[in-house]
Amino acid sequence: MRNALDIQDVTFSYDGQNNVLQNINLTLHEGELVCLLGVSGGGKTTLFHIIAGLLKPQQGRVLLGGEDITGQSGKISYMLQKDMLLPFRTVEDNVALPLLLKGVKKKEARRQVGKYFSTFGLDGTQKFYPAELSGGMRQRAALLRTYMFGGSVALLDEPFSALDTLTKSDLHRWYLEVMDSIKLSTIFITHDIDEAILLSDRIYLLSGKPGTLSDEIIIREPKPRDRDFNLTEAFLRYKKQIIAKIR
Amino acid sequence: MKGKLRSTTDKLLPPVVLLLLLLGLWYFACASGSVPKFMLPSPADVWNAFVSDWQLMLRHARVTLAETFIGLFFGIIIGFFTAVVMDRFRIVRKLLYPLIIISQTIPTVAIAPLLVLWLGYQMLPKIVLVICIVFFPISISLLEGFGSVDADTVNLMRSMGAGRLQIFRYVKMPSALGHFFSSLKISVSYAVVGAVLSEWLGGTEGLGCYMTRVRKAFSYDKMFAVIILISVISLLLIWLTGFLQKKCMPWEKVNQARRKENV
Repeated sequence: MRNALDIQDVTFSYDGQNNVLQNINLTLHEGELVCLLGVSGGGKTTLFHIIAGLLKPQQGRVLLGGEDITGQSGKISYMLQKDMLLPFRTVEDNVALPLLLKGVKKKEARRQVGKYFSTFGLDGTQKFYPAELSGGMRQRAALLRTYMFGGSVALLDEPFSALDTLTKSDLHRWYLEVMDSIKLSTIFITHDIDEAILLSDRIYLLSGKPGTLSDEIIIREPKPRDRDFNLTEAFLRYKKQIIAKIR
Repeated sequence: MKGKLRSTTDKLLPPVVLLLLLLGLWYFACASGSVPKFMLPSPADVWNAFVSDWQLMLRHARVTLAETFIGLFFGIIIGFFTAVVMDRFRIVRKLLYPLIIISQTIPTVAIAPLLVLWLGYQMLPKIVLVICIVFFPISISLLEGFGSVDADTVNLMRSMGAGRLQIFRYVKMPSALGHFFSSLKISVSYAVVGAVLSEWLGGTEGLGCYMTRVRKAFSYDKMFAVIILISVISLLLIWLTGFLQKKCMPWEKVNQARRKENV
């Protein structure tokens, strides 16, 4: 399997003295879904900012398909913690934003995004404003916007954290189906161990100060996983393993 | 439709009732003779004055409106570019911001005669005064609007490869629209008052000049008529600004409804 993304020996500090991240090495294979699990304030979002090119590390490289993109933004799709839908743009114009920024004409951009509204469960919401959508719909719209960026790799920072349990569960199932069909290589951040086991191919544990990748756990169960997967013995085994390593 | 009618009635009825009540009080105070006519003409006298002089008033109003609109146009342009430059360059903001604030402590009444002295009795000093009045609220509110953009939104745009101009076009400008229209509502009424004020001090045309003439002739009924006309013009401009805001910001209606639901 080819590497979609390589993080090589990344070290970062905001003030040049106290490192937030130390010697981070991470690999994302093509079509893979990898989870970054760790405590709050552990440097997960900082690492995403570095991968997305919003921050430049003092040391190390970010390689996208073998090309060095360290410190370069606009190469990787990035969905931040909040959905960040612009309140003054309709849903279709929010979703079309990555295309408009690349210079695609508005009409053509709308046509292109229109094809995916059904797949992302957003049918009929094209002319709505974000305030008219439910939390789950907003997340779907943000995910579609991330997908429309068109990169081979996506970063999702706690994409489901703001949702209630039922909506989250529905969205997990939907997400597994969609991700299986669109084959996007993804790294996502979560605090939720269950979510990490349910969605990921591999889980990286980020811990300590400065943050380092302490462990890698491979989830070998086939995907897409069933909604009852979290009731199986295999699931519990993974969960115990992760909890033991976090402690 | 019924709901909209009810909402409009709910909004308009209380001030209209109060206004009619005040008019009634005014009328009876004059009719009873408790206030001398030369001090306070009755509403009927004011209405008659307006009817007899309306063509002349409208001619003067055209001049005042021209000064107001030209001043507003340039005030908005200058205010906009000042805000953009202050937002883009921190050093310019540090240099200009305190000076702009200090400039607003100088009373308009004090600048107006100087402008007439420097620029003559034609339209120019009036327009410059309106620009001075409009420039401040527009530039400061736009600057605040640009600054109100969430840092994460900018990060998202940057992650999608957006440059400064694109971030400005797609995020900062629309985010500042609410601030802009709020300040424009204040600016339009101040602009009319500013134009009238500068006309008091010199010139031959405009509602301010007309006002000075009728005051010197002790025609207080006409004075009241022109004051009411100025108020009506200001109210119409404020309404027009609100109308433009609704057209330019259709999402606000949805957001307001959502805010009401959440309260």
